[in-house]
Amino acid sequence: MSIVNLTMTENRTVPVVFEENVAVKMRSQAVSLFYDKVEALKEVTLPILANRITAIIGPSGCGKSSYLRLFNRMNDLIWNAKVKGQVYLDEEALYDPKIDVVELRKRVGMVFQKPNPFPMSVFDNVAYGPRLHGAKEMGGLSEIVERCLRQAALWEEVKDKLKGSAFALSGGQQQRLCIARVLAVGPEVILLDEPCSALDPASTMRIEDLMQELKVNYTLAIVTHNMQQAGRASDYTAYLLMGELIEFGPTKSLFTYPRDKRTEDYLTGRWG
Amino acid sequence: MVLAAAGWMTVVILVLIMIMLFVEGLPILAVTNPFSFLFTSQWYPVSDPPVFGILSLIIGSLMITATALVIAIPLGIGAAAFLAEIAPPPVREAIKPVIELLSGIPSIVLGFIGFLLLAPAIQRIFNLDSGLNGLTAGILLAFMCLPTIVSISEDALSAVPREYKEASLALGATRWQTIYRVLIPAARPGIVASVMLGMGRAIGETMTVLMVSGGRLAIPSFITDPMSAMTGRIAIEINNAVFGGLQYQALFAIGIVLFLITFAINLVADLVLEKQRRRYA
Ligand SMILES: Nc1ncnc2c1ncn2[C@@H]1O[C@H](COP(=O)(O)OP(=O)(O)OP(=O)(O)O)[C@@H](O)[C@H]1O
Ligand SMILES: [Mg+2]
Repeated sequence: MSIVNLTMTENRTVPVVFEENVAVKMRSQAVSLFYDKVEALKEVTLPILANRITAIIGPSGCGKSSYLRLFNRMNDLIWNAKVKGQVYLDEEALYDPKIDVVELRKRVGMVFQKPNPFPMSVFDNVAYGPRLHGAKEMGGLSEIVERCLRQAALWEEVKDKLKGSAFALSGGQQQRLCIARVLAVGPEVILLDEPCSALDPASTMRIEDLMQELKVNYTLAIVTHNMQQAGRASDYTAYLLMGELIEFGPTKSLFTYPRDKRTEDYLTGRWG
Repeated sequence: MVLAAAGWMTVVILVLIMIMLFVEGLPILAVTNPFSFLFTSQWYPVSDPPVFGILSLIIGSLMITATALVIAIPLGIGAAAFLAEIAPPPVREAIKPVIELLSGIPSIVLGFIGFLLLAPAIQRIFNLDSGLNGLTAGILLAFMCLPTIVSISEDALSAVPREYKEASLALGATRWQTIYRVLIPAARPGIVASVMLGMGRAIGETMTVLMVSGGRLAIPSFITDPMSAMTGRIAIEINNAVFGGLQYQALFAIGIVLFLITFAINLVADLVLEKQRRRYA
């Protein structure tokens, strides 16, 4: 473990503890995000470590989704959103005008809060990305679909219903289908925005187990409302409050010895 | 109470119109059988004996309508997709009312513009004897059904849950891939209905077609031939027809054909729109 001081603003630094010899896959450098004139994120500087699960927690409206959506530039869709600062993927600046956003989104996949399969068959949902990016029906498309459904721990449940509508699946199955759909594009990073908030506890456990398997090959960042989930399922945790990064560190130490009073208040439910 | 009365009144009037249409038109079948009425093209309503074959009118109407749709469908769906998915909200809010306003232009005004500007241009471009022909009429009609197609298709596209759009873009699809592969298929019933309604308007349109289609009474071979449509023929001849006479009956019979075509189109459009509503209910 080593301690690095991350500079947020000129007069504020946050000491951060993290493992040595772990690559930084993505990071934000003093990123501010404005909706019109409202500053939803305030100079947030944070690393997302490779092959680890980073949880982003904080009260509702603190900017967790806005922050996550920086990493695949989904905020581009919000026409009044403006970004200041820089985000890096493998030290490549994402908010550089030269960046191809379509390419970026192939490398950084996203799973949404509400399971959102397309109104298509199970197979076509998973095949959507590969088809976009040029996979041919004959050239192993069904192998890709099967592999991704297996990786998403869904294959056994749907292998006889591949041609059936994705809407016929349960909510938890639909969310794993969405994960399979992301895997089929071959991403390096997977962003998950409250992926379990619409699911029952059993489905939630399955997704959490799945995340542990996926982190061997992928880098994961998850936004969650659920503190137990962050505690159970993540390696690192970042605490955001009103658009500001309050604390970041290994999940265990942040949960047991929060260094900031505000983190402690939030974790013990005394927030607000 | 008042509203219910007004509603019933409308229905009663519509039924009366229908009855009148059939009462005045059907007797023509005493002098001509339905087959030769619909499928021959001699139209000599005042010779002795008169001949009533409306095939050239049907073909004229269909060719003009088809031309209008060939132009209006891609343009309309493209514009709808642009408005719903690409234009920033302020642009959309500014453009949509303008497009809806377009549908309020009286058809005689469009016909006038077509007569003065479009027809000479078409004549020059295609090197024709006259710019008054099916193509000119079709282009003008395309403008008349565009507002319907754009505004209903835009509604249908906007009604597609935004989660689909986000999911597609997040998988690395471009905006056009997203529109083409996810949004248009999901909005298909509404888009089909918008085209049907636009088509209904095109087939029923009289003034514009009358002014610019050339009015020739023969089966047209090319879209650039002068031709007549069913609506225009009724409008031209109804003044000279003897009340209750054979020509008068024949014109009403054309009205019945038009009515059945537009009725069928509207019915299908309604069914499709209903399907779209249920889809995301
Ligand atoms: N499109 C937008 N336009 C204007 N303001 C927005 C927009 N999206 C989010 N905001 C505002 O930005 C702030 C952060 O929103 P964000 O959705 O990132 O929060 P969050 O932490 O994900 O909340 P939740 O836990 O409820 O999902 C909120 O105050 C929100 O009202
Ligand atoms: Mg959120």
